[in-house]
Amino acid sequence: MLKEKYADRIAAIFAKYPDKRSAMMPLLYLAQEEYGYVTPEALGEIAALIGVDPTQVRSISGFYTMFREEPKGKYWLQVCTDLPCALRGAEQFYQELLAELDVEDGGTTADGMFTVERVMCLAACDRAPVLQNNFHYHENLDMDKMRALIRQWREEAGQPAPDAAADSADPDDSAAG
Amino acid sequence: MAEHILLRDLDIPDIRRFEVYTRHGGYEALRKVVTTMTPDDVINEVKKSNLRGRGGAGFPTGVKWSFIPRQEPIKYVVVNADESEPGTFKDRQILEGNPHQLIEGALIAAYAIQATAIYIYCRGEFWDLTHALDRHIEDARQAGFVGENILDSGWSCEVHTHLGAGAYICGEESALLNSLQGLLGQPRVRPPFPAQKGGGLYYEATVVNNVETLTNVPWIINNGADAYLQIGTPESPGPKIYCLSGHINRPGNYELPLGITFRELIYEHGGGIPDDRKLKAILPSGASGPVLPATDAVLDTPLTYEAVAKIGSTLGSASIILIDETVNMAWAGSKMTQFFAHESCGKCTPCREGTYWSRRRYDTLLAGRAAEKDIDILSDVAGQMTGLTLCALGEFAVNPVVWTIKHFRQDYLEYIQQAAAEEKPAARGKGKAARDAAAR
Repeated sequence: MLKEKYADRIAAIFAKYPDKRSAMMPLLYLAQEEYGYVTPEALGEIAALIGVDPTQVRSISGFYTMFREEPKGKYWLQVCTDLPCALRGAEQFYQELLAELDVEDGGTTADGMFTVERVMCLAACDRAPVLQNNFHYHENLDMDKMRALIRQWREEAGQPAPDAAADSADPDDSAAG
Repeated sequence: MAEHILLRDLDIPDIRRFEVYTRHGGYEALRKVVTTMTPDDVINEVKKSNLRGRGGAGFPTGVKWSFIPRQEPIKYVVVNADESEPGTFKDRQILEGNPHQLIEGALIAAYAIQATAIYIYCRGEFWDLTHALDRHIEDARQAGFVGENILDSGWSCEVHTHLGAGAYICGEESALLNSLQGLLGQPRVRPPFPAQKGGGLYYEATVVNNVETLTNVPWIINNGADAYLQIGTPESPGPKIYCLSGHINRPGNYELPLGITFRELIYEHGGGIPDDRKLKAILPSGASGPVLPATDAVLDTPLTYEAVAKIGSTLGSASIILIDETVNMAWAGSKMTQFFAHESCGKCTPCREGTYWSRRRYDTLLAGRAAEKDIDILSDVAGQMTGLTLCALGEFAVNPVVWTIKHFRQDYLEYIQQAAAEEKPAARGKGKAARDAAAR
């Protein structure tokens, strides 16, 4: 239960706002952090904390793209393919990434490691192609850098690829902040 | 410009850190207003500077502040850091490189309207930046610039961040306020406006300002409105951050005075178009503003709110997307329409349905299955949205359709003619234009 496990963080969230309802989005992020996605149980927990109906929580989680309502891959990769990025090759990059991971548009790899999706503008058009991995940015990408990142993430997760690419380019881990 | 006013991270390494910022005069403007100026003094100085909102609308900032009713006990400043317009990435650099100047500017705004709290609404994708911003706010709090009884003035003001979660519409100020209140991020019917009781955050009087706008304020206080008016033009004074993206050799943010020409910006600062290709079109304000053909007359136009309006577009937030001769502008229109269809909040029918049907027409066009009448259908749908939507997003969504057709109708006809030439069932959806689009 979020209420017991994160009592301090929840109290700090409520303290920021004069109206409890403003805690909606922060609590959805907290639930997502805890459960991996916004589970039906989480909707109920948040509703109880705020004092609204679970349906109202569901309406908010469904409105925003950064709240997941179903399980995703361990690495949730979102590539911007909007106009400015597309002018710098993001569309082709996206197709190559799908092929590299052998996954369809918006799909998750069979081993549950990667979900690959398009995303709308990430405000990093000058550093395209750009993707967001679980909310952290990776910029100025090409497929060499991407393969190195994929290898790194697989190693982190203890799941080396069956046929590791021979490439040795350094990952450009330029996450913002 | 010799020294940057906004992107000071380009001149002073690590100015994002509190001790470096204060070593370079940081928070002196806040000290000055709190200890030597009345709230009215501050509003008048900013009014005199003619600082105009950098979020896109260009509304005079001091005038906006003066709308706040003095007698209300609870007032708010909300910082719009929901930067989401395709082609815009300036606020991000401020948050990343010079965050204390934003915090200081927001505090000065809060003092001017005697606000009790500031909320900085950051787009959810600025996850790392927002957590860094929390630490910067904490540093300012430790030094007595945030919180109770700021600099012993008797005035108290809290500063909080709030993370969005991926919705372009929340950059629209009334949708942003709803989102911050835990409601659906959909626009409100106005009036009442945010500055009025009943229209703002928690329905209290509220000033909503863009990140870049507020980042100008400490400089204005330190140097005076007269000095500020020396930069740019009288109607559009001050520095502006221009975001260059798309087909440009050196994409990025450029802080330059308002009033330089497109040509200077693109060819001198941005290094021109890759491989010396010909520039075909310019989007001066991201996906939202009318596209301009890259004629000499356009290239020689100064980048001011008034001059860009005169040639049929808007300066907006100066998110300038460059498009070279290799691009079919119907494809570009389709890309932007996909964006707006995805980001329509669904509240009002013309925008929700209009963007949906426009996207479907574009899908047909790009798949090589359209006829010339489909261009008229696109125009017709756009006509049924214009002036009828609840907020500006619906108005913006019309622009990519209407203006690419107006200036680049031939590009639409290319898709249609190729489709007609290959009018064999087996070749459907495999026209050259469709293949090009798929390859992009």
